[in-house]
Amino acid sequence: MGDIAQAMAGLEETKVYDLVDRQIDEGANPLEIVQECNDGMVQVGDLFSQGTYFISQLIFAAEILKHVMAKLDPLLANIESGDSNRGKVVIGTVRGDIHDIGKNLVITLLKGAGFDVIDLGVDVPPERFVDAVKESGASAVGLSALLNFTYPEMRTVVEAFELAGLRDRVKIIIGGAPCDENVRVFCGADYYARDAISGVSLCKEIYA
Amino acid sequence: MLVIGERINATRRTIRDAVESRNIDAIVHEAKIQMEMGADYLDVNCGTVSATEEPEVMQWLVQGLEAAGPFPLCIDSANPDALSAGLAACQGRTIINSTSGETERFEKVLPLIAEYDADVVALCMDDQGIPPDSAAAERVGRNLVWRLLDAGIAADRIYLDPLVRSVATSPEAVPGTLELMQSLAKTFGGLHFISGLSNVSFGLPERRHLNRAYVVMSIFGGLDAVIIDPLDEALGALMFAAEALMNRDRFCMKYIGAYNQGKLAAR
Repeated sequence: MGDIAQAMAGLEETKVYDLVDRQIDEGANPLEIVQECNDGMVQVGDLFSQGTYFISQLIFAAEILKHVMAKLDPLLANIESGDSNRGKVVIGTVRGDIHDIGKNLVITLLKGAGFDVIDLGVDVPPERFVDAVKESGASAVGLSALLNFTYPEMRTVVEAFELAGLRDRVKIIIGGAPCDENVRVFCGADYYARDAISGVSLCKEIYA
Repeated sequence: MLVIGERINATRRTIRDAVESRNIDAIVHEAKIQMEMGADYLDVNCGTVSATEEPEVMQWLVQGLEAAGPFPLCIDSANPDALSAGLAACQGRTIINSTSGETERFEKVLPLIAEYDADVVALCMDDQGIPPDSAAAERVGRNLVWRLLDAGIAADRIYLDPLVRSVATSPEAVPGTLELMQSLAKTFGGLHFISGLSNVSFGLPERRHLNRAYVVMSIFGGLDAVIIDPLDEALGALMFAAEALMNRDRFCMKYIGAYNQGKLAAR
């Protein structure tokens, strides 16, 4: 783990900001900083699962990440600019879950990569995903969740697309802490994105 | 929350005996157990000896503690000569306990604050004694803080002790104290408020319940320093809880830190 990841995992707030500022000054790739933050957040999540960290520490970690992302956003938006109109992506955090840091990171990267993003926000019911695809004609849908017990809701969204007769028209990507290949199979989604960057790569593949 | 450990006080028999027999090891032991339990400063009081002896005894106490520590000390005496002797032997940052609005005490302690660059506990009283009601307390407290500020002592170096009375004899004492702190905090940004627990429950049974409730309520009112026995784990846990509940503990990190250090185990 890098210094930023370690400081993030230890919730050393000022140290994280100092390290990020220094790396930005030194011209580091913002995506690498994001990756480090992500590693730190995974560690925080593990410590929470083990009962070492408590909920307020999860929220503290999210707060630190939010500040880091505010520093990185302008840099991320410039990456790969030049491409535009790559296609439309509908994205949201599924019903029962209100976490949006991961989702917002993906949105920043998608926009930076030239995608037109339809952000449905958090706690999004299945019909709204379906309606958004009908209205926009998007071919890619991203479903986000952080909580362990909300991933079954992702399956409900996939089923809603089947019921609406739109399942063949969209590729559905799931992402977030509880997701892995097993969850993808369980949900009947097309792809599982390990992190924000691979989520963007998948969207590029879909629109290739 | 600034915690000043109260155990090195010659009104306690073990300390009085240790002072009489010049047994510094017993004093140092009291210092160590309080620091281990999270004290930020250690109060040192030998006010039971005669006024002529007190400076020499205070010097002996402070020198012995500093040789074994050093420890952050709060030099506690009503006798400016004893304060001076103790302060001269201190090595690190120090709190003077205390000055007040009493003319002689104020004038004699003021130069010590500047000379030793110390923080100071200021008792909310004047030449008329402890103010009889909350209106008088407000007047005396404001006057005292203004005089210290005028003398060049920054507000965040001052710990105002509202001198709460016993609820047994003054039923309005605690609400009045809370109002006093809230009112003065609006005028004097950075001013600290400190309290001991010996008065509020005086004359009532099972005093610890009143003391604990008083600390929790006072934290609501703005209290940010206490002179207490750091070995009272239930009280310590309640203070961490009260600060978290009052949004004075960002992301509950101090509460969780106390938990991780085993400080919240009291039932």
